[in-house]
Amino acid sequence: MSIAPSPELSSDLSPDLSQLIRAVDEADSVAKMVGAVRSLAAAQDPAAIPTLMAVLGYNNPGAAVAAVEGLVALGETAVEPILAQVDGYNYTARAWALRALAQIADPRALELLLAAAETDFAPSVRRAAAQGLGALRWARMAAEQVPMARDRVLAVLTVNATDLEWVVRYAAIAGLEGLAQSQPTLGDRVLGLLRDRATADTDLVVRLRAQWAIEQLAAKG
Amino acid sequence: MLLLSWVGIVAVDGEISAKSLTLEEAIANLRSEDASLRYYAAWWVGRFRVSQPDVIEALIEALDYEGDRTEAGGLPLQRNAARALGKLADRSAVPALIRSLTSPDYYVREAAAQSLGQLADDRAVPGLVALLEGGVAVAVVAPGQPHLVQPYDAVLEALGNLQAQGAIDLIRPFTEHSVPKVQYAAVRALYQLTGDDQWGERLVAALRGPDLQLRRALMGDVGAIGYLAGAAAIAQTEAENSLKLIALKGLVEHPNATPDGQTLTDEGRRILVLMDGLL
Repeated sequence: MSIAPSPELSSDLSPDLSQLIRAVDEADSVAKMVGAVRSLAAAQDPAAIPTLMAVLGYNNPGAAVAAVEGLVALGETAVEPILAQVDGYNYTARAWALRALAQIADPRALELLLAAAETDFAPSVRRAAAQGLGALRWARMAAEQVPMARDRVLAVLTVNATDLEWVVRYAAIAGLEGLAQSQPTLGDRVLGLLRDRATADTDLVVRLRAQWAIEQLAAKG
Repeated sequence: MLLLSWVGIVAVDGEISAKSLTLEEAIANLRSEDASLRYYAAWWVGRFRVSQPDVIEALIEALDYEGDRTEAGGLPLQRNAARALGKLADRSAVPALIRSLTSPDYYVREAAAQSLGQLADDRAVPGLVALLEGGVAVAVVAPGQPHLVQPYDAVLEALGNLQAQGAIDLIRPFTEHSVPKVQYAAVRALYQLTGDDQWGERLVAALRGPDLQLRRALMGDVGAIGYLAGAAAIAQTEAENSLKLIALKGLVEHPNATPDGQTLTDEGRRILVLMDGLL
């Protein structure tokens, strides 16, 4: 597999990391690429982020999963670099990057997640963003910003809950459940939306997901 | 072009208005003198599930239409008509589709076999079984063609869907066929016919194989046959999350997971957990 060298290779990388990055750049089969990305991800070095981000665009799902895991393991450190490098053209790469941001769940990604969930043309991107909006770690946001931010999240997820694509509606329901767990003041409004989807959705899997969300919210009381 | 504009209308206005705008036109076009209009109309009524008697009748007529051949002698209108009839769930099309199983055009036979599998009418079994005649020994590449002499994978899949218990012995040798998609179509059918986990496990084992295209197709198969023990293997397959989610959707919507078609079960919850992890 011939691929472009990793961007931003700087000379002050540790020798070990340079070697791991080179292994990714030089991987000549799908399987070698997956192995090389796993090793690079395991190094947990922020200097690996540009290469991990580049891997998301290589159309190699195994390698992309490993790269996302690596980015998520780096946590908050990875948020700004991911936001800076999200691919505006390759929607598969964008969906993986959104997944990483969704799992890190840092509120600094809020604006990108809202925009992606509401307007991205790719269902896989709207899906990842909708799930991520429901999983945000609100404790990391300044308390005075939370009420307006959570209302915006609810508004966008409400739109996603009637998306034309079943998978986006499914993700919106998962997101709404997460939102109601972390922001109980929204509980009644979320429950109304979930009850509607549990009966009115055209796809059985979406109705089942809504049933499950209602069950889980009831269990939390 | 026509196809693109129809799709465009749907994307902008939603399905209902697209239907009401062009339904009459599509039905009229099914009997048009213009072969390309007929061809697209046949696709359109299938895509939008326009199942009404005049449409079914026009599609059945189209199955006998021998004009509009491709350079290689193929019958594109018949192919589209046969595909559409599979989607329209009207069993009055079954006898005509059975006749199409002996069409000189491989792709008409393939479409007819697929549609007969979807229509789930066991009158189709003898005609399908006839295409397996000679067994694996004669199931070779058609001279000068990119396909085998018969659409074996479509036939095997249809026999599984039709619960053709009498065909089990005929199907079993195809699990050793050299073409993977034929082999796994036989495996899939045998799981449906016997419920024996060995066949489900063979599909699951193949999800770890080296061919991404095959992995994609097999994930869908595991979902479609409702092999619940394969749920975790689907989630772990090296493939796009979008396709894993579609496969798991098939699994959770299968009666094996949701017997009454509406109430979540423990099996269903386990599958939803996996789906949540793929969003």
